[in-house]
Amino acid sequence: MTILVIAEHNNSSLKADTYKTVQAASLLGAEVHLLVAGEQCQTAAAQAAEVVGVTKVLVADDAAYGHQLAENVAALVAELGKGYSHILAAATTTGKNMLPRVAALLDVAQISDVIAIASADTFVRPVYAGNAIATVQSADSIKVLTVRSSAFAAAPTGNSAAIEKLDIVKELGVSRFVSEELTKSERPELTAAKVIISGGRGMQNGENFALLNGIADKLNAAIGASRAAVDAGFVPNDMQVGQTGKIVAPDLYIAVGISGAIQHLAGMKDSKVIVAINKDAEAPIFQVADYGLVGDLFTILPELEAAL
Amino acid sequence: MKILVPVKRVIDYNVKVRVKPDNSGVDLANVKMALNPFCEIAVEEAVRLKEAGIATEIVVVSIGNKLVQEQLRTALALGADRAIQLDTELTLDSLQVAKLLAKVVANEQPQLVIMGKQAIDSDNNQTAQMLAALTGMGQGTFASKVVVAEGKVQVTREIDGGLQTVELTLPAVVSTDLRLNEPRYASLPNIMKAKKKPLDVTAADSFGVALESKVQTLSVKAPESRKAGVVLSDVAELVSKLKDEAKVIS
Ligand SMILES: Cc1cc2nc3c(=O)[nH]c(=O)nc-3n(C[C@H](O)[C@H](O)[C@H](O)COP(=O)(O)OP(=O)(O)OC[C@H]3O[C@@H](n4cnc5c(N)ncnc54)[C@H](O)[C@@H]3O)c2cc1C
Ligand SMILES: Nc1ncnc2c1ncn2[C@@H]1O[C@H](COP(=O)(O)O)[C@@H](O)[C@H]1O
Repeated sequence: MTILVIAEHNNSSLKADTYKTVQAASLLGAEVHLLVAGEQCQTAAAQAAEVVGVTKVLVADDAAYGHQLAENVAALVAELGKGYSHILAAATTTGKNMLPRVAALLDVAQISDVIAIASADTFVRPVYAGNAIATVQSADSIKVLTVRSSAFAAAPTGNSAAIEKLDIVKELGVSRFVSEELTKSERPELTAAKVIISGGRGMQNGENFALLNGIADKLNAAIGASRAAVDAGFVPNDMQVGQTGKIVAPDLYIAVGISGAIQHLAGMKDSKVIVAINKDAEAPIFQVADYGLVGDLFTILPELEAAL
Repeated sequence: MKILVPVKRVIDYNVKVRVKPDNSGVDLANVKMALNPFCEIAVEEAVRLKEAGIATEIVVVSIGNKLVQEQLRTALALGADRAIQLDTELTLDSLQVAKLLAKVVANEQPQLVIMGKQAIDSDNNQTAQMLAALTGMGQGTFASKVVVAEGKVQVTREIDGGLQTVELTLPAVVSTDLRLNEPRYASLPNIMKAKKKPLDVTAADSFGVALESKVQTLSVKAPESRKAGVVLSDVAELVSKLKDEAKVIS
């Protein structure tokens, strides 16, 4: 039994999710190989070799994998994957895009968003926006899993695994990268932050999100949002927390002007401590909040910034 | 250009689901059901492409028992031209759904398949990618913008870091994200008209696809509930609680 983990990286460094996925793989109790598929991805591969639990790093370095096009990367992983008992990737937009394609090519099911590993063939995952937790058992010859990062610790570094170069190029020619608009921020990433402050429709507009900046600076927090705030164009899509956005579980989550719809709760209710700031004392967010302040966010936020 | 839109009947997104006391699943008896919201967005996008003169025919397909005809009629009322039900009483995995859809693609030869990124019951987020793999098509998942021109489709995708645009050769598969469009409501005359649009029923087990799942659900439990918290009187109290009681800030 050997496990293949697909690294998530931007060619120059590994994403935090990779360390979490390796940790999840290590819980299966077998050898772990980590695949770095990219273009000019030597630095990411060197980092991969340092992850504890990894026995071998496989590197596929080619222009075909430069932008993680699902068609090409999945063809590579499906070819490699035949020799493995499990194939894991993070349940990020990259993993979710690519891994189901791998599963289909291997003619096996995928188990999405695994939050706990019960045994080598039995896994725990949320369904219905986290309102039910299913334990499922797979009889497939290869188990293909995406792993929810917020549910696992990060594998430590300090290893020096062997690096093996692969000479497999899969260019399907059906897709082409055109462009990318990445949100630039000095703040920690939402899925890695220890503290998150999120704004909802109650923020009224995008300019008012500046009220969250001072607090985020003081707490070294990431800034998130509800779907309503994203749909209204206050903030970019990558800030959406929830069932169909990012799943987070920081030490502290502060929800500001967010009502607490089940789809939002699905993305943050595993946070250690939840604070809700809302003018409506009946808002459902108070049912999951450890601490609540009922009042106008436009008065409370400046006070909070000053008090920190 | 023909567009195929696979749609799923799911629990209405406003319903708070309850786990059955014997932990065998969730209780769907007498629960309001609806078209999966992401499928609604998929139908809307197809209708807009038809209104723009790019699409000529929209075929909707759903796999499930007779009840899915209700959602197929909804899709027809929103502007789809005809519907196909693949009839089965089984609850299928995304892989089996994708295999059946691949057969429909082979029969119908659409230039574009538009479907939801995720069914809000299973939360799988797999079927579009699997269908693309099985048919060898390119995929534009989590789409917030779709532009069709000259045998290609450009898809702007919502990704963790922002937005990415890819170009796919047609035929291709697109999966919808929330920002792609805002679906219309079906008008009463269109609901009436939809009753007369063609709806074909075929047995799902007539396609030579093994429908049994290799994944078995052992139990379904309610998540751990959080303890109700406290409402505090002011910001000073909040800051002291976070420092001294919760110890999450210093
Ligand atoms: C398929 C689907 C997927 C979805 N996925 C997600 C998802 O991933 N993430 C997500 O967040 N949502 C998601 N939603 C949307 C979700 O159902 C809610 O519509 C959304 O979360 C509401 O956002 P909100 O709380 O910001 O807005 P609202 O529900 O409008 O709440 C605004 C809150 O702000 C408060 N407020 C207003 N003014 C002030 C003020 N001055 N001071 C203090 N408080 C104030 C109000 O009392 C209210 O409680 C999804 C919906 C669907 C159908
Ligand atoms: N039973 C079904 N019938 C038709 N389409 C389906 C079915 N199940 C899933 N789909 C399609 O696949 C999408 C994603 O579902 P999933 O991968 O299960 O999250 C849905 O939004 C539908 O477009």
